[in-house]
Amino acid sequence: MPEPSSLKLFLTAAAARTYPRVAWLFRSRTWMIQETILPVLAVSAFAYAYTAMGAPHEYTGFVVLGAAMTTFWMNVLWGLGAQLYWERDSGNLELYVMSPAPMMGVLTGMALGGMTTTLVRAAAITVSGVLLFDVPIDPTSWGLLALVFVLTLAALYGLGMMFASLFLLWGREAWHVVNLLQEPIYLLSGTNFPVAVLPRAVAVVATAIPLTAGMDAMRQVLFRAPGLFDVWAEVGLLAGLAAVFLVAAQRSLRYLERRAKDQGKLTVRWQ
Amino acid sequence: MPPMDDPTPAAIRTEALSRTYARPRRRRWWGRKPAGDEPAEFVALDGVSLSVRPGELFGLLGPNGAGKTTLIKILTTLLAPSAGSAFVDGLDVVTEADAIRPRINMVSGGESSGYGILNVRENLWLFARIYGVPTAVAHERIDKMLEVVGLTDKAKSRVTHLSTGQRQKMNFCRGFITDPKILFLDEPTLGLDVTSARAIRAFVRQWMKERPDRTLLLTTHYMAEADELCDRVAIIDKGRVLACDTPANLKRRVQQYPLYELTLAPGANGWADLEALPGVHQATATTTPTTVELKVSLSEEPAIGAVVQALATGGGRILSLKKSEPTLEDVFIELVGHGLGSEEKG
Ligand SMILES: Nc1ncnc2c1ncn2[C@@H]1O[C@H](COP(=O)(O)OP(=O)(O)OP(=O)(O)O)[C@@H](O)[C@H]1O
Ligand SMILES: [Mg+2]
Repeated sequence: MPEPSSLKLFLTAAAARTYPRVAWLFRSRTWMIQETILPVLAVSAFAYAYTAMGAPHEYTGFVVLGAAMTTFWMNVLWGLGAQLYWERDSGNLELYVMSPAPMMGVLTGMALGGMTTTLVRAAAITVSGVLLFDVPIDPTSWGLLALVFVLTLAALYGLGMMFASLFLLWGREAWHVVNLLQEPIYLLSGTNFPVAVLPRAVAVVATAIPLTAGMDAMRQVLFRAPGLFDVWAEVGLLAGLAAVFLVAAQRSLRYLERRAKDQGKLTVRWQ
Repeated sequence: MPPMDDPTPAAIRTEALSRTYARPRRRRWWGRKPAGDEPAEFVALDGVSLSVRPGELFGLLGPNGAGKTTLIKILTTLLAPSAGSAFVDGLDVVTEADAIRPRINMVSGGESSGYGILNVRENLWLFARIYGVPTAVAHERIDKMLEVVGLTDKAKSRVTHLSTGQRQKMNFCRGFITDPKILFLDEPTLGLDVTSARAIRAFVRQWMKERPDRTLLLTTHYMAEADELCDRVAIIDKGRVLACDTPANLKRRVQQYPLYELTLAPGANGWADLEALPGVHQATATTTPTTVELKVSLSEEPAIGAVVQALATGGGRILSLKKSEPTLEDVFIELVGHGLGSEEKG
């Protein structure tokens, strides 16, 4: 039996673990209503408020973009963050740990799965938002927009992968803390308004959240709006954040495995 | 290092392997409650030394909580030993876990793994892929295994729609689809009906026969299963190995002499002085209203002829005669002090 190289196994495992989420996308129908129509309603409230105030037209665009990007954030928090916890409870975690596949590959698969399904959702929100509110779309560069988007997702899901191992390590308490942070993060990341209106110091701190930097950069590219920093600085920041989070995720996974093996906590129920 | 006179390294070897668990402390979100007065540690495995040869089908027998699963978890790199060492395929489970993992697989009875949204085939495919099994090979093996366990018609059913036993069979397949060199089965026939359990035992035996280089470690609560399948059996209780030998040798321990049971028509005599016959170790009789039940143990087996003859001469009519074999259960009760039934899981 030739043993596959670890890179190949990493990719195979990531692809295999992406599969259940994608299958879910096609097999479960309820998500459409729950996760597309409701966000569009929320967007509408802000859009009408901005229209009533006679705010610049891009502001509606801000809101639509914010709603679309927030679905990724929600997925990272609620989906990916709780994923390892859930996998342990259902008995899959120990099968992954026992297998030769690198855990980071499996976790990447979980992230990719969440990303794929959320991409569909975010696209649905964007399309309906753009059509409903006649958002002008004229980016300075499509390539740059794509780069910023990909890096934002990489940083967001890197953060989510780190959360996933930390949540399993610290249990529900960690999750509660992150839940507490949910609203402040909406505020800080400027989901519904340009983050530049925040006090400068607060805004700078807020860019450590990939959602903030990503949205700020995307708004600059898409709507030529003034941003916190230069777009390329934000691109660098996002790449840096992604790298830091991914390395942290890998470290905490390794630590997690060691500690769980010491404490006998890879399974909740023991046979 | 393996001893010089044994050229092949053991497939599985443990040396004074111990594992303790911290007793659960009640936690509050602002901190930890101080521990009570009970000892802080619970000993699940206590100095276990075992050696399983390559090609061997090895059984672990023990009551609930004996430490069987704990031992398997350590050997499958899922749990760290507290003391002692363990080697799988010559590799240390602590320092060489990454090298062990491609060579092993494990299935436990009653496990709830799998993705409900996927069907049986997709699930098995996923868990084959994380071992790097190519998709085409995986499907080929999945077909074969589903047939073995009789799940072929469920290949396209979602896992959520399976019964407990069907789910158990799917997981059983999972263990074989990666074609492991060393396989661990923790109560593989738990909760399966008689026919399915028999099919699975037959398959396990055949799988091992066709692949003399593979090793299989199995735990079970079914004595007959261990007896039928295993080359050697270790009986463990409270984390300690009480005995480890072939089923035949274990049984010889509890019953030194071959034992015959005879049923005689009432009113017979001549059995009273059987013990005087050469080769007869002991003879005991119980009289029931309709029969006389006779138990004769022999120090020399051919003496059974003389016994029958003596009874016939004494006017006894023999209704039945059978050789009574001890079972592993007898061994178990003798060693553990109680049967498996007296400590059932809730
Ligand atoms: N993660 C854990 N934390 C604390 N105690 C544990 C843990 N896992 C097992 N134990 C304890 O260790 C002992 C041995 O458990 P183990 O699961 O190895 O038994 P077993 O022989 O497999 O039993 P069974 O026949 O019921 O499956 C039990 O008393 C159990 O309560
Ligand atoms: Mg067990």
